[in-house]
Amino acid sequence: MAQFLQLALSGIAIGCVYALVALGFVLIYKATETVNFAQGDVMMLGGFFAYTATALMGWPYWAGIVFALAVMAIFGMAAERIVLRPVLGQAQFTVVMVTIGVGYVMRGVVTMTPGWGTDTYKIATPFAEKVVNIGGAAISLEQLMIIVMTAALCAVLFAFFRFTRIGIAMQATSQNQLAAYYMGIPVARVNTLIWGISAAVATFAGILLAPITFVHANMGFIGLKAFPAAVVGGFGSIPGAIVGGLIIGLVESFSGFYLPEGFKDIAAYIVVLLVLMFKPSGLFGEKLRKKV
Amino acid sequence: MSGAILELKNIESSYGPVQALRGVSLAVAEGKIATVLGGNGAGKSTILKTISGIIDPNKGQITYAGKEIAGWEADRIVRAGISHVPEGREVFPLLSVEDNLRMGAYTRSDRDGVARDMEAVYGYFPILKERAKQDAGLLSGGQQQMLAIARALLSAPRLMLLDEPSLGLSPLLTKEIFEIIVRINRERGTTILLVEQNAQMALKTADFGYVLEVGRIVMEDTCANLMQKEDIKEFYLGMKEQSARGHRRWKKKKTWR
Repeated sequence: MAQFLQLALSGIAIGCVYALVALGFVLIYKATETVNFAQGDVMMLGGFFAYTATALMGWPYWAGIVFALAVMAIFGMAAERIVLRPVLGQAQFTVVMVTIGVGYVMRGVVTMTPGWGTDTYKIATPFAEKVVNIGGAAISLEQLMIIVMTAALCAVLFAFFRFTRIGIAMQATSQNQLAAYYMGIPVARVNTLIWGISAAVATFAGILLAPITFVHANMGFIGLKAFPAAVVGGFGSIPGAIVGGLIIGLVESFSGFYLPEGFKDIAAYIVVLLVLMFKPSGLFGEKLRKKV
Repeated sequence: MSGAILELKNIESSYGPVQALRGVSLAVAEGKIATVLGGNGAGKSTILKTISGIIDPNKGQITYAGKEIAGWEADRIVRAGISHVPEGREVFPLLSVEDNLRMGAYTRSDRDGVARDMEAVYGYFPILKERAKQDAGLLSGGQQQMLAIARALLSAPRLMLLDEPSLGLSPLLTKEIFEIIVRINRERGTTILLVEQNAQMALKTADFGYVLEVGRIVMEDTCANLMQKEDIKEFYLGMKEQSARGHRRWKKKKTWR
């Protein structure tokens, strides 16, 4: 039982990270109907900024988080404005290639930057190596904090999209961009802001992941796990991304322990295949069509 | 025209290589209702989209309240007091009715004014108040049309552009919507430019009318006069004259170009 609980919690913890990266995919997809394949690399770069602030500049953990979030939000907005807006409206393929290219460039630049390079780094957290006892299972505080902080971020995002004027305008823009223009919502600015939020969410995921996998130039490949999470949830659904991430995390954690070696890495894709076979639009896929 | 709040001069607009407007000039008098009639593809909606800045004209001038607004961004035009009720309602399906209305007031920052206008539109459309918390996508077509009009009113417009408000509605519901349009015009002094396929309804409602064919204005007059014209009767109101022997007189059929 304790074993089970431990596996479940570590699955949820890693699932939270997948969920946040998936959330970044979904936010951008909903706003601009573009899949940003650089999402994992945005997370990686955010991790490096957090590492720079805490380890190299000696800032406290929380200040480092705020710093990395702010820098990466600006980075996301700049990327949208400079790289993506010029190709928006071109074929989907073009936009996808541009995001893949941006990801490669980011990885390259990080490995070339002095002080970053190809090494693996650790972000010191205030809750390292502490253990909490829940129902006889020893749970690391780090894992628990991942879950708590993800929940907190989701609550903040929910309140933002549900209650603020700009948040509702973002929903409106994603539901009907033309009508948003008619209402006088500055659609281009709203989309830029979404990219900023998405980059900040990915950064948050990177910071949460840092104690588990450490910060390195290739940590962005976790995006390949977050992508199935977004698909399982029904690409384009925010609650779907969260649930999808948790499912992938849990399945991975359990299959790594109970199934033969090797299953851990393909488990996520087996789940995707199964879900798509029985529910092609994903678990939370939107079915609403316009009424004429 | 003197006293015109909106004036278009030789407007030419196109969708890529396809020219939709070929030099349209029209004027809308302040406080009145003007209408543009025309068949499918005549360019009626394009006129409205050009005015509200969704598409920029290639040539020509748009003067609104003494300012040249051609080429302005859409949000600036809303702020200047022009709001557009698009064809096919275009509500935000997953937002509540209330949030849809709030989005209509996106460009405004006077909370009291918005609250007052919110009550005012609930007065025009009581059903929207009942459904305030429901998703707009769950409303019926008629209710969505009401929501689209109400939402446009919340930007406190001086000029409202209405694109086919009768589209897909029953005759009874169409009548109801048009009565409210007239009330909005009379009670709030909102100038209205109405685009319609339902010529009967439009001519009865509006003060001044234009007839648009393939991107050109081919006729303009007061609605009272337009209703008396043979061409309008035949082509837009469907009142065909019968010859003495009961045959249609094909020879008399003519085009305007």
